[in-house]
Amino acid sequence: MSRILDVNEINVFYGAIHAIKDISFYVDEGEIVTLIGANGAGKSTTLNTISGLLRSKTGDIKFLDSSIAKTSPNKIVSQGLVMVPEGRRIFLGLTVEENLEMGAYTRPKSEIRSSMEQVYELFPRLKERRTQIGGTLSGGEQQMLAMGRALMAKPKLMMLDEPSMGLAPLLVDLIFEIIADLHKAGSTILLVEQNAQAALSIADRAYVLETGKIVKTGRGSDLISDPDIKKAYLGA
Amino acid sequence: MTFSLLIAQLINGLQTGSVYALVALGYSMVYGIIKLLNFAHGDIIMVGAYMVYYAIASFALPPVVAIILAIGVSTLLGVTVEKVAYTPLRSAPRLSLLITAIGVSFLLENGAQLVFGADQKSMDPLITGSVMFGRVNVSYTAIVTIVVSLIIMVLLWFVVNKTKAGKAMRAVSEDMGAAQLMGISLNRTISMTFAIGSALAGIGSVLYLAAYTQASPTMGSMLGIKAFVAAVLGGIGSIPGAMIGGFTIGVLEALVAAAGFSMWKDAAVFLVLIIVLLFKPTGFLGKKMQEKV
Ligand SMILES: Nc1ncnc2c1ncn2[C@@H]1O[C@H](COP(=O)(O)OP(=O)(O)OP(=O)(O)O)[C@@H](O)[C@H]1O
Ligand SMILES: [Mg+2]
Repeated sequence: MSRILDVNEINVFYGAIHAIKDISFYVDEGEIVTLIGANGAGKSTTLNTISGLLRSKTGDIKFLDSSIAKTSPNKIVSQGLVMVPEGRRIFLGLTVEENLEMGAYTRPKSEIRSSMEQVYELFPRLKERRTQIGGTLSGGEQQMLAMGRALMAKPKLMMLDEPSMGLAPLLVDLIFEIIADLHKAGSTILLVEQNAQAALSIADRAYVLETGKIVKTGRGSDLISDPDIKKAYLGA
Repeated sequence: MTFSLLIAQLINGLQTGSVYALVALGYSMVYGIIKLLNFAHGDIIMVGAYMVYYAIASFALPPVVAIILAIGVSTLLGVTVEKVAYTPLRSAPRLSLLITAIGVSFLLENGAQLVFGADQKSMDPLITGSVMFGRVNVSYTAIVTIVVSLIIMVLLWFVVNKTKAGKAMRAVSEDMGAAQLMGISLNRTISMTFAIGSALAGIGSVLYLAAYTQASPTMGSMLGIKAFVAAVLGGIGSIPGAMIGGFTIGVLEALVAAAGFSMWKDAAVFLVLIIVLLFKPTGFLGKKMQEKV
């Protein structure tokens, strides 16, 4: 398997706050890798740094063998690294269809229609609401739209920041099912979650983040039965 | 006051209102995208007006060339100001940006005094003649101004709502970070917004000159403030709001003048602004949407 993302010794600061401390990890093609950790552990900061919205003071981030540590966020997207941000951040004033078009911003016009049909197949609810503006969607529908929008870019690596946040249990299951399906269809996914149980059960590998440091790593199936993890994150 | 006089004043109001609306659009679009009240925007119009004046009065160029020149120079100036003065401050506090905009405005006004002279330049009317509609005499200038503005607004509506670049502009206005995550280039989109806003100001300058036939270094400041008020009245950041705000203020001024209170028309504008903001702080069409969790 070839390496798709290689994060090497990054350090990220918010002013004087040292949020990410010497983090290194990698994702191989076809994997689901998850980063789990409590509130404020630095999960979103890590993803935002990979997408170029934040910068690391040290180290390097390689995507498909070329460094993206200094690449602008929009160019990173055109290389195929796409993020669904925390809190979804769909465009509330744009219609569902326009949101999806924005997701396909870097792609040739001729391919947009067929990608959109694929997204609608995955999320039939979005098709029903395609002329509605984003602000009128429910939380769950907004999450579907955020994921559909990212898929419109045909990502080589998709990063998801807490896709289950604030959703009813039934919808959480649906979202995780879809992530597992995407994985089966060959997508590479970097998943950030607080719902450790669900994340570990679909992940190939996992990293545990605590106050800006990686404290544990292993296969998803191993960590789920790890006593420390059970105690700290699985409420057992 | 007779009925036909009232209609004539209304048309006057719509004419001035068209210019306010065009300028207000630039204010509103720029505010929408980088949350900056671009106080240098009015001065772009002043520069545009001088371009028309010099092209026609000094170089005897055909009006079409003068108009293209005014729009071209305004656009270029607007984008240059953005690149030189505002882009380096993109992550600075909004207040620094606002103060910079005021500084740019001073620079343009004083620069204009230096380059063009402090006196007023007068020129022959660009458009002459009028037509009678029943008992109402309407100048061709008014007709051209109103029609041109309406066409421009329809075009703008199309660009913003139906083109890829326009949708990207709306996406950036709403959420810069999320827009970048779509692969949208901030630099390109913001510059395009300034270019469109400044081109509208250039068109505004031509229409202003058609109505008042005079250019002066400070002409942009009152016009800019009126357009700013129009943008706030309509709901800053909202494109249809800027249009409605512009026409409202133009008509209001004309009606106050028609009632015999010409001296009070500026005061009336601000009074209406205050009243509207008391009852609807976001202006006619401004709104805040809440994200659902
Ligand atoms: N804009 C900011 N300014 C200052 N500090 C910040 C900022 N954003 C995050 N932090 C701090 O950085 C640390 C990591 O935050 P981050 O948002 O990455 O956590 P997280 O693991 O994503 O948490 P959550 O599960 O709550 O989303 C926290 O201590 C947080 O307070
Ligand atoms: Mg987070």
